[in-house]
Amino acid sequence: MSQSRDMTRREWLLSDAPQTRRQARLGAIYQGWLTFRANKLAMLGLIILVILIGMAIFAPWLAPQSPFTQNLAGRLQPPSGEHLLGTDALGRDILSRLIYGSRITLFIVGTVALIAPIIGLFIGTVAGFTGGWTDQVLMRITDIFLAFPKLILALAFVAALGASIGNAVLALALTAWPPYARLARAETLTIRNADYIAAARLQGAGPMRLLIRHVWPLCISSLIVRVALDMAGIILSAAGLGFLGLGAQPPMPEWGAMISDGRTYILDFWWVAAMPGLAIFIVSLAFNLLGDGLRDVLDPKGTKE
Amino acid sequence: MLTVDQLDVWFGFPPDRVDAVQQATFAVAPGESFGLVGESGSGKSTILRAVAGLIDTWSGRIGVDDQPVSGTRRDRNFYKTVQMVFQDPYASLHPRHSVDAVLSEALRLQGMQDIDRRIARLLDDVGLGRGFRFRYPHQLSGGQRQRVAIARALAAEPRLLLLDEPTSALDVSVQAEILNLLADLRAEHDLTYVMVSHDLAVVAHMCDRLAVMQHGRIVEIMSGAALRAGAGQQDYTRHLIQASAGYSRA
Repeated sequence: MSQSRDMTRREWLLSDAPQTRRQARLGAIYQGWLTFRANKLAMLGLIILVILIGMAIFAPWLAPQSPFTQNLAGRLQPPSGEHLLGTDALGRDILSRLIYGSRITLFIVGTVALIAPIIGLFIGTVAGFTGGWTDQVLMRITDIFLAFPKLILALAFVAALGASIGNAVLALALTAWPPYARLARAETLTIRNADYIAAARLQGAGPMRLLIRHVWPLCISSLIVRVALDMAGIILSAAGLGFLGLGAQPPMPEWGAMISDGRTYILDFWWVAAMPGLAIFIVSLAFNLLGDGLRDVLDPKGTKE
Repeated sequence: MLTVDQLDVWFGFPPDRVDAVQQATFAVAPGESFGLVGESGSGKSTILRAVAGLIDTWSGRIGVDDQPVSGTRRDRNFYKTVQMVFQDPYASLHPRHSVDAVLSEALRLQGMQDIDRRIARLLDDVGLGRGFRFRYPHQLSGGQRQRVAIARALAAEPRLLLLDEPTSALDVSVQAEILNLLADLRAEHDLTYVMVSHDLAVVAHMCDRLAVMQHGRIVEIMSGAALRAGAGQQDYTRHLIQASAGYSRA
């Protein structure tokens, strides 16, 4: 019984002649999900990220100890039954700190991934769509930002604004948008002379409407893919800022700062630096795998036809 | 309905300037079906695009309903009077917009009420069932896409339809269907057509009068009957008719 109901729901979703707006939209999403699911590695990435998000939400229940409780008698303990991943120089449980640190990592990545592509999308599409002087000015500003190495520019921003996690996020977002602007502009240039834009113009659509309703939907998919692939870089930059002491301030359990703490003991007590390093590695990898899978689903030049 | 007087259209700047259309003059009466024929690159589509306001480098006079237009600026009234169907149905529909989204946006932009009912009627008009309403372009065939594009043009309830080789991207059996649909729609809605084509048979079938173009100039304006009889005044016209006849025999 339930088998046949499942079949009909599947057929309903994959129907070639959807009856309602909702069915059409759900059908398109389901089609994308099927493509995504076929990519085993992307699924692995998604699972890791779901676990990471779960870890961040349920940190107080998952962490065996407080991430801040110091125990100087039990400092630099190797991994054992009591401390699964060992303890750091102040005797804090590394596993607990990693679990709480996932919140900070997700906050950084999430905020940067929201701000940077939106700035980039806006600047890039306006430049590409308007052309002429606007294009020149916006693209030269983008070039100036691109001319600096990303981390150095972020360092300069943080140094000017003061070291804190909020400023680190802001600095990363301000340095991450130019590639998105470039990408969005290139996409816009291929779109703006298309017949469907001309047709919409002939219906009397104004430039704002053309930009938001017609150009953005086509740019967003490639931006999402690019963001997912850049996430790893953002995590590493955030960790880099933390490592240099310009991101999260002690005693916040930020992963990059944890590596920095472990640096002093790296030869004798390897786990202090290696465990957060491993966490960064796994999450970065997961984002890369996810990005790859998303490209299969979202890339308009893919096998949709 | 439409008057074009001494129209010049060019692209680019002097050393590389291309004069796509030179001194084109013709008039289309209300209810008439007017053809523009010529080889590729003879400037026939360019005339349509200049009329539609998609090209800004032109001079001369274009008048719609005795109202002169200028540059690429067109008013609301123009968009309610004139609509265009493009050559390639694969490029003229937004890949992320469903048929429903395309038609409801067109209707909304034209300030129409009662959108649900109008969409159903437009789909009926172009011979697509209700089942097509929520499909995306990649779920449609070329002919079906062109029907959607025609429905979108009809959404404004225009009186003048600019047809830019509406069938040349379709295969032959579908071409006939679309041409018949266009002929029916013209009779039903009292439309005026300006149709660009390089296919003389199509133009002979569809048009009351036509202009023959070569290298951006109008060589001759003749009636559809004269074309069907193969009676061109100019050498080039006779050459074109002969070439097309030779092609159909082969």
